[in-house]
Amino acid sequence: MEPEAAKFIGAGLASIALVGAGLGIGTIFGNYLSGALRNPSAAAGQFPNLLLGFALAEATGLFGLVVALIILFVF
Amino acid sequence: MFEAYAAESAHGGHGEGGGLPDPMHQFEIKRLVELDVFGIDASFTNSGLFMVIAVVLITAFMLWAMRRREMVPSRSQSIAELSYEFVANMLRDNTGTAGMPYFPFIFTLFMFVLALNMLGMVPYSFTVTSHIIVTFALAAAIILGITVLGFIKHGPGFLRLFVPKGVPVILVPLITVIEVISYLTRPVSLSVRLFANMMAGHTMLKVFGAFVVALGFLGGWAPLAFMVGFTALEVLVAFLQAYVFAILTCIYLNDALHLH
Repeated sequence: MEPEAAKFIGAGLASIALVGAGLGIGTIFGNYLSGALRNPSAAAGQFPNLLLGFALAEATGLFGLVVALIILFVF
Repeated sequence: MFEAYAAESAHGGHGEGGGLPDPMHQFEIKRLVELDVFGIDASFTNSGLFMVIAVVLITAFMLWAMRRREMVPSRSQSIAELSYEFVANMLRDNTGTAGMPYFPFIFTLFMFVLALNMLGMVPYSFTVTSHIIVTFALAAAIILGITVLGFIKHGPGFLRLFVPKGVPVILVPLITVIEVISYLTRPVSLSVRLFANMMAGHTMLKVFGAFVVALGFLGGWAPLAFMVGFTALEVLVAFLQAYVFAILTCIYLNDALHLH
């Protein structure tokens, strides 16, 4: 297999990590929504934690994206 | 300098031989003023220019907004006071009163990253934080500073941070190793989070922009509508990533000041 083809296959495989990001972000926002609908007055206090949790969940997915980009553009 | 940008983007358009232009072209570092310091290339680049612009903008805005210090604030004074309170509350909520001496640092960090991210949303500008070396330099300096701070404050007892309480004695060696490794990955995760968000966002903006041009007058409205929504999302992400960078710094600072 030529290195060029292997690069593209590797980048595609590494991007599968973003599935985890999607699941994680959906979980966090879903839980926040169900909690907010039960207790709306307490929802505003947890909003910073929502944003923090979203960013941390997305970060792990983006680490996979970074590996894909490294494979594509560095090697 | 802007002629160089126009020439660069025109060149990028023809780079693929009639296909879609290269979305990675926008991240290229261009030397604006060549400087050679004892053999080290210390040229003033477009990255440095936008950092200077960010600092000048923040400083000028803060000084101008607070020039009269009215009791009932004007619009710009409100914005300055709001940003101050936002960062102060974030720092106080996460570190308590022991962390408040570090407020100037956290405020500078937050406003700097926010300004750099927002400047990147301006068309034809350069996103400084989309380079891993910039975000890694920031994150490494932060974690190094916080670690040194922890050792100054607690001495060698700072290493108690890696042994959480309430763990069965058999698991302590394993947990300690895991905690140390997770502490050492903090600069990596802190920097890569900001870098990947900025780079991926701007690459997507460029790719969908190319779709708008490629689909022409009849088909270009569909990716254009997506672009409008996505640009709004990217502005939100710019603010959110600056906020997350700052709040994680506060959390790590709290770890060093109060060992759990």
